[in-house]
Amino acid sequence: MAEPLLSVRDLRTYFYTENGVARSVDGVSFAIGGGETVGLVGESGCGKSVTALSLLRLVRAPGRIEPGSRIEFGGKDLVTLDEKSMRAIRGASISMVFQEPMTALNPVFKIGDQIAEVVRVHHGGTRQEAWHRAVQMLETVGIPSPAQRANEYPHQLSGGMRQRVVIAMALVMNPALVIADEPTTALDVTIQAQILELLRELQQKFGTSILLITHDLGVVAESVSRVIVMYGGEIVEEALVNDLFANAHHPYTEGLLNAMPHVGQERERLATIPGTVPPPTAWPAGCRFHDRCPYAWDRCIAEHPPLYQIADGHVSRCHLAVEPERRADRHEPFVVQKAIA
Amino acid sequence: MTATDLRPASPQPLLSVRGLVKHFPIKKGIFGKSSGAVRAVDGVSFDVMPGETLGLVGESGCGKSTTGRMILRLIEPTAGSVEFEGIDLVTLSTSQMRKLRRKIQVIFQDPFSSLNPRMTVGAIIREGLTIHKIAEGAQADARVRQLLDEVGLRAEYVSRYPHEFSGGQRQRIGIARALAVEPTFIVCDEPVSALDVSVQAQVINLMQDLQRDRGLAYLFIAHDLSVVEHIADRVAVMYLGKIVELATADDLYREPLMPYTQALLSAVPVADPTHKKSRVMLSGDVPSPANPPSGCVFHPRCQHPAKDAACSAIVPPLEEKAPGHWVACIKQPPTGVEWSVQRAAGGTKEPTRYLPVIAVEQSHPSSSSF
Repeated sequence: MAEPLLSVRDLRTYFYTENGVARSVDGVSFAIGGGETVGLVGESGCGKSVTALSLLRLVRAPGRIEPGSRIEFGGKDLVTLDEKSMRAIRGASISMVFQEPMTALNPVFKIGDQIAEVVRVHHGGTRQEAWHRAVQMLETVGIPSPAQRANEYPHQLSGGMRQRVVIAMALVMNPALVIADEPTTALDVTIQAQILELLRELQQKFGTSILLITHDLGVVAESVSRVIVMYGGEIVEEALVNDLFANAHHPYTEGLLNAMPHVGQERERLATIPGTVPPPTAWPAGCRFHDRCPYAWDRCIAEHPPLYQIADGHVSRCHLAVEPERRADRHEPFVVQKAIA
Repeated sequence: MTATDLRPASPQPLLSVRGLVKHFPIKKGIFGKSSGAVRAVDGVSFDVMPGETLGLVGESGCGKSTTGRMILRLIEPTAGSVEFEGIDLVTLSTSQMRKLRRKIQVIFQDPFSSLNPRMTVGAIIREGLTIHKIAEGAQADARVRQLLDEVGLRAEYVSRYPHEFSGGQRQRIGIARALAVEPTFIVCDEPVSALDVSVQAQVINLMQDLQRDRGLAYLFIAHDLSVVEHIADRVAVMYLGKIVELATADDLYREPLMPYTQALLSAVPVADPTHKKSRVMLSGDVPSPANPPSGCVFHPRCQHPAKDAACSAIVPPLEEKAPGHWVACIKQPPTGVEWSVQRAAGGTKEPTRYLPVIAVEQSHPSSSSF
C-alpha cells in the first residue's frame, strides 16, 4: 500500500466512569488503502464500535480520545482538527452506515428530504437540484420507483429498504471512506445478502474504501480483503482474509472460528471459549486473553505481548509467535481451572 | 393431508400440531371495525417426537414465534389443535393449562427482559417449584443449587440479582428456571441469537447435554440456519405463516427442494473466503401477511424455471416428495397436483426438478491447527 487513505496510530479512547476508567480502545493502529474493504471483527465489548465512533470523533463524554492518538486522513489529523472542519468531513469524505436503520433515519422527514439535506449541507445548490440528486441516489441503491419513494417516510419502508436509504445517504457525497457498523445485523439473511451485494457493487462503481465492522465471520469471509480482529480494546490479529481463515494464529481468532456452527459441518460438539469478555475497566494483566486461552503459560500472565509479525502482512499479539512449541501444550484455561479449584 | 401422514412410523409423537391458525384482526376507525386480518400463522401442522429437536426457521414475520407462543397458549389460536401427550391444549381451561405448563416450558430470546430484575436468581428458579408444589424449604434450596450446578453456574449465585450477570449467564439462569419443574418439552424461542459467538457455543452445548441427560424434546425457533442445522434433528421452514418444507436436517441442508429454502440457504454467508458458490438472490421483500399473494405465497419471488400462472392460482399442498421430506411446491416433482389440473389453472410449464448448485461444501477453516 503506497499511501494509505486513513492511518490510525495508537488510538486510545477511554471512558471516565464511576466504576473507573474504561479503556475501551487501547492503542489501536491500522491503515486503510484507497478502494480497500477492511473487516473489523470482535465480540461485544471488544472496542470495535468505539473505534468506529472515534474515527468520526463522535465519542461523547465521559468518553474521550486520549492525547497522543492520531487519525490521519487526507493529510490532516482528525484528532486535533477543529469542530467546523470535522463537520465538513463527516458525511462528505467519511460517512457512516449504522446497524439500526430505523434509528439512523428521522421518522418525521421524507426520505428524499433527508438525503437532499446531506447534499445541501455539503454541496449547496438549490432544493430542486438536491432533491433530484436524492432521487438519483435512491435509484442507484436499487429502490424501485425512486421518484415516488422519495416522498415516503421511514416507517413506510421495510427494514431492507430503510438500510438502502441509509446507504444512499452515506454515499450521496461520494465519500472516500464509508464506515459500516454491523450494517446487516438487524436484517434477515436473504436481505443481508442483497445489502452486501449492493455494497460490493457500489464500491466497485465509486471506488469507495469500506471499513466493515461485524461480529459475523461469514460476512467477513465474503466481503472483505483484509481482517482486523479485536479483543480487550486491542488488535490481536490482522491478516489478509484468506490467510486469516487458513492460518489463524491468535488463540482467540482460532477459538472464534471453531465456535461457529457452519452449514454443512459435521454435527460434532462445538468448541467454546470458556469464560466471558472481561470488562474494559479491568483488562487482565499480561495478555488480556490469558485466562481464557488454552495455551497460556506464565509468560502470558507476566508480559503483555506485542504484535508479532507472523508472515507478510500477518501480525498476531501472542507469545506463541516466539515460542511456537507451546502450541502442543493445550490445557484447560485458567478461568476453568480457577472455577474447579 | 391426513393427521397420520406426518408421523414417523414408530412411537407416538409428544406434541402434535394440526391446522394451527392465528389471524390478528386489523381494526380501523373509532369503533374498531375489523377491516381484514394479518394472517400470521395460516394452517401449520407438525409433530415433535419425544427427545427430538425440531427446528423452526424462517425470516422475521413468517410466524415462527407466534406458532411457539400458541403452543404455550401465550397467544390464543384462531383455529387448529395442539395435542400434547394426547391432550388438546387449545380446549383446556386456564387452570388446567397452568398445571400442564409443568411439562411444557419456554426459554426466551432476550435474557435481559425475561428475568425479573427484582428477584434473586434463587427466587426465580424456585418460583416454579413452589407454584407446582414440587419442593419447599430446605429441599427446594438444595434443588435450586443442584440446578445452578447443572447449567454451569456456581451455587453461591442464588442470592444475586440478574443484572449482575452477563448475557450468556442469564440465559443459563433462564434454562435453569425452565428445567426446575422437570418438563419433557421446551419451546426455545431464539435462545442464542442475542449472544456472542463464543458464548452461543457454550449455551448450545449445554442445551444438547441437558437434552441427552433428560430426554427433553425441543421446538427450537431460530433465524440462524447454521445454528439450527447444528442442533436440530428435523427442520421446518416457514414463509408467510405456512410451513413450506419439512425434512430431517441432513436432507434439508443437503437437498432443499422448496425454492424458498434454496434461496434462504444460499444466502447464508460461508466463513471460508476460498469458497465460491453461486447464490440464489431473492428480489424484493417478504409480502405483507395482511395481504398474502394468491396460490403459492412465495410465487412472486420464486426462481423455479417452471413457475407459471398455475403457481398463482393453486395453493400448493405440503407433499411428501421423498421419504420424510415434505415440500409445498407443485413444480417440484413428484406432485399430486396433476399436470391437467395445473394446465386448467393456466399452467404452461410442466413440473421439472430444479436443484440450483448451492450445496455447501464441507470445510472447517482452522481445524488444522488442532
